[in-house]
Amino acid sequence: MSRIVMGIESSCDETGVGLVRLHDDGTVELLADEVASSVEQHARFGGVVPEVASRAHLEAMVPTAQRAFATAGLELSDVDAIAVTAGPGLAGALLVGVSAAKAYAAALGVPLYGVNHLAGHIAVDTLQHGPLPAPALALLVSGGHTQLLRVDDIAGKITEIGSTVDDAAGEAYDKVARLLELPYPGGPPIDKAAKNGDPTAIAFPRGMTGPRDARFDFSFSGLKTAVARWVEAAQRRGEEIPVDDVAASFQEAVADVLTAKAVRAATESGIGTLVISGGVAANSRLSSLAAERCEAAGIELRVPRPRLCTDNGAMIAALGAHVVAAGCAPSSLDFSANPALPVSTVSL
Amino acid sequence: MLVLAIDTATLAVTAGVVSVDRETGAARPLAERVTLDARAHGELLTPHVLDAVGDAGHGLADLDAIACGVGPGPYTGLRAGMVTAAALSHSLGVPAYPVCTLDAIAASAEPGEPFRVLTDARRREVYWADYDAEGRRLDGPHVDKPAELTPAARVLDHEQPTPLGIVEAAKAAILSGAQPDPLTPLYLRRPDATEPGTRKRVSTS
Ligand SMILES: Nc1ncnc2c1ncn2[C@@H]1O[C@H](COP(=O)(O)OP(=O)(O)OP(=O)(O)O)[C@@H](O)[C@H]1O
Ligand SMILES: [Mg+2]
Repeated sequence: MSRIVMGIESSCDETGVGLVRLHDDGTVELLADEVASSVEQHARFGGVVPEVASRAHLEAMVPTAQRAFATAGLELSDVDAIAVTAGPGLAGALLVGVSAAKAYAAALGVPLYGVNHLAGHIAVDTLQHGPLPAPALALLVSGGHTQLLRVDDIAGKITEIGSTVDDAAGEAYDKVARLLELPYPGGPPIDKAAKNGDPTAIAFPRGMTGPRDARFDFSFSGLKTAVARWVEAAQRRGEEIPVDDVAASFQEAVADVLTAKAVRAATESGIGTLVISGGVAANSRLSSLAAERCEAAGIELRVPRPRLCTDNGAMIAALGAHVVAAGCAPSSLDFSANPALPVSTVSL
Repeated sequence: MLVLAIDTATLAVTAGVVSVDRETGAARPLAERVTLDARAHGELLTPHVLDAVGDAGHGLADLDAIACGVGPGPYTGLRAGMVTAAALSHSLGVPAYPVCTLDAIAASAEPGEPFRVLTDARRREVYWADYDAEGRRLDGPHVDKPAELTPAARVLDHEQPTPLGIVEAAKAAILSGAQPDPLTPLYLRRPDATEPGTRKRVSTS
């Protein structure tokens, strides 16, 4: 008998409610994926303001859930289990989703699973590409995270093999966009500008690629500073900033380091599948370069469609479904959200 | 009828069940669970709701209405109570009525002179509202420094509302059978956020 899993996400600035069907053969089918975003309210601050995000979650939570059930054509009573992002994320934002999920679980009399947001970003791929081979390598690139993860079991065993030592890749996009006077969030406008630019125009540094650097860690803060220096120097010379070339050259540096390290990690560990997820996975150059390099190395590349890569409730429902299918014990109703939940804790 | 009372606008995590006579309006508390811990709203509220309803000899499906404190409150936990009430209302199919937390405290006042209700707003400020001798709100809710307030004849500085007070404050609306007002939080303060100024230069020369 198939089971319906509801997923609730509120770790940052999107309120997401997803509904999936877990089939008996373990496949997970997407039924609804409703998101309310407060991103526009943060734009003028150049980054997410936690109190603004939390206020928006409170307003949006139940209406988003109502839309999800309407889209899926399901009743609340059809739900068999609920999963909610327990962390990592903003404390006040997580609190709203966790509190709502507990109330829904108590009222519907169904088990509740507090799950890991980062694992959700990986699990969401199974909605589009089917079961994940094990082991798989995941490159998680978002506004808050940049990590290389070994996934032996999406429902239980995820190990970090590298991460950024400073800025996340998405954060670098957002900061460079500000420098170039492009709107927030910076990923999409830089991606767009880069299409008209020359990626070889400026040789920006590739962080953490020296012989003594940690092989699977990343650093983007030096790159961001290099872009700032270059722009300031051009301004001092009274030159107009070639925004398209700067964007393309910056983007090339990011995509180069991310894909080189991911492919090397997969090759060295004998892993045949790479999943790239998180908001930055929507980047056109990152996916084309990854496709090129994975093909050359004989690695299967899986990149979920952009809608699934940014924060949403479907990814949490999908992870919840895998956790349910694995027979994991539900969380107790008195668990607390953990803003710093490590990726090794897939469910509480 | 059976009413669930919730409030997380103060440091207390408050859940209780109150029975209200539809004819006379007489309200009687049946069970409550209260924990004083400003960091436990997200952890304990739903367990407290389940325990209070269970102690009252009922299940969640027996509830007829929810009354929920909507602040003002200085803790991020205010939203835990409100979203819990909203989600319970959605999933149980019962109305959720908003209550100003200061009104819920005022509902427990002894009759007599007009009075003021104060709660801690942190940052050396208080939330306050003034009431007449019958407990009707005349002014507020506001947030101010205590030194800026005019003197009041009588001051109630209970730290948190009781489940009975929460339900008393919502009772007229509940008994009227009207559509509840939306559950809108009384923040009284703007979020702390500053727009970025001009960017710092990274070059030294
Ligand atoms: N086409 C794109 N190219 C590059 N970056 C992009 C693109 N589209 C979105 N981004 C970036 O993705 C980030 C948002 O992604 P996401 O919503 O997954 O992150 P988050 O929720 O902020 O962080 P986290 O998931 O780590 O908590 C932003 O930094 C944005 O600039
Ligand atoms: Mg995310």
